[in-house]
Amino acid sequence: MIKTNMKLTPEEIDILNGSQGETMRKTMETLVRYGDAYHAECLVPLDGAIHVVCSFGMPTLRPFFKIMEQYVAEGIKTKLPFTADPRPMDYENVEATEKEKQVFNMIYADQEKYEETLRKVGLKDKNAFSCACYFDEVGNIPKRGDILAWAESSAVVYANSVIGARTNRTSGVMELFSGIVGKTPKFGFLTDEGRKADWIVEVKTAKKPRPQVLGSAIGMKVLEQVPYIRGLDRWIGTELTSDAKDFLKDMGAATASNGAVGLYHVEHLTPEAKDFGESLIRPNAKTYIIDDAELERVVASYPIMWKNVDDSPEIAFVGCPHCSFVQLCEWTQTLEQALKEAGKEKVIIPTIFTTAPDVIAEFKKSEFYPRLMATGAHLTYICPLMYMSNPLCSAKRVITNSNKLRTYSVARYVDDAELIHAVVKGGLH
Amino acid sequence: MKEFHGRAVIPGELKGSALVSHTGFNVLASFWKSLTEGQNPSICVDQNNKEFFGKKLTGEILCIPQVVGSTTAGMIIQSVAALGTQPKAMLFSHTAESLAISGVLLADIWENKKIITVDGLGDEFLNYVKGGEQLEITADGTVRIYE
Repeated sequence: MIKTNMKLTPEEIDILNGSQGETMRKTMETLVRYGDAYHAECLVPLDGAIHVVCSFGMPTLRPFFKIMEQYVAEGIKTKLPFTADPRPMDYENVEATEKEKQVFNMIYADQEKYEETLRKVGLKDKNAFSCACYFDEVGNIPKRGDILAWAESSAVVYANSVIGARTNRTSGVMELFSGIVGKTPKFGFLTDEGRKADWIVEVKTAKKPRPQVLGSAIGMKVLEQVPYIRGLDRWIGTELTSDAKDFLKDMGAATASNGAVGLYHVEHLTPEAKDFGESLIRPNAKTYIIDDAELERVVASYPIMWKNVDDSPEIAFVGCPHCSFVQLCEWTQTLEQALKEAGKEKVIIPTIFTTAPDVIAEFKKSEFYPRLMATGAHLTYICPLMYMSNPLCSAKRVITNSNKLRTYSVARYVDDAELIHAVVKGGLH
Repeated sequence: MKEFHGRAVIPGELKGSALVSHTGFNVLASFWKSLTEGQNPSICVDQNNKEFFGKKLTGEILCIPQVVGSTTAGMIIQSVAALGTQPKAMLFSHTAESLAISGVLLADIWENKKIITVDGLGDEFLNYVKGGEQLEITADGTVRIYE
């Protein structure tokens, strides 16, 4: 058996000795050595389902798929049904040329087979593909204090910060191993000490900051550390209303992608900040002041990856992370109003909103769905990042209001007003 | 000769020349061509990393602050190890974060490919090493730099 500093139970030691076969032995060895690397004291049981970050059947990831196939062959499943990140393709709602389809079908050649394997290993259901697995409609909703092992960075920061659950920024594969064993190493955000703030962020803007830019500024400054954010409750309130949660979802995704933030506290708003206040701040915490000028500086620092910055955009994406039901309703009204004011009926470039399959199902039952479709917009369940992984697609001039999509692709960041202008009137300000 | 001491996450002994990046190593972006086209050896295609862009990563000793980017990084490192296009070693000035740790563990345990990994070498290590110097890594996490 491998040497470890962790305190293991007799059952865990038995698995390490091969009592449940070689696949489980290697799974346990990986988790234990992973925990040892972070001086974890033990493995702790998961309270909630995992969320798997790899949702795409890329043939070169076959070493990972092979592990999953071994689980299937041996009848091994996760302890609880799980959710996964969004699918990469939806030709019905996101147009693709024959050449683009050929490339997508090559990059994601194992997609169908991989989804089948996910189902056999414990995927919740055929719709369980969204980066925002915590939406009511999707149903992977942890409770405060729950121990989790999630890997999708935007979901991790939401679960830790807004819900008050406890998960590390687990790497892909490790979250699946934790789901299989039903346990995860105890370190980092799973401990009280690991959840303390290294930074005080003072929001001193004269107007409500854009969540995607505020999150970007915070992420770039604090990197992987924990910020305690003051002054934001002035703009989004002291209760976790749906508007506040949507703001925090988008802000958090930007902190996690522009930096590597896995947890933030918002004074007077998020659960731990409400209960423990300033006692969450480490004595030697640094301070970062954010005013309007600082946010303008951050936006001005974004590189524009287009060949000609003055060209007009060709496609717009909204929904990275996935839009909530309420956000879709709000965007429908905003688009309708902008089209009416411009004397137009439909958007002039493909305008693609992304959300979870379960949210689409609910949205289709509402009065807003036909209204959104009437604007000419598209609604899909894909991940825009995976769309941009196709070089034929990323060669187009894509705009987005998502700082995550901007960071990981050549898409250009625009604010909501600029995006509306571009899709209704054409061009950028 | 200058000597630095870190933690041997995947211990091993090795001599070779240093390839240095002072910015975070984005695994997914760097190995993209290996992943999508089976490129062997792997050439870094991360345009945001000016020091690594266009350079061979396979078989090299990477000296980096930390791994950044997508949380798929662990499985990417496992995949490039399975393809045989992995670096020989990764030397971190910071504590290696979970993306890197999981990747080198997956490569070791599931693919039987050791990527020697030493972390916590300190900021001075990356300030000192410029690239091209001869390095000697020992199993206790010591890194010697010969000019």
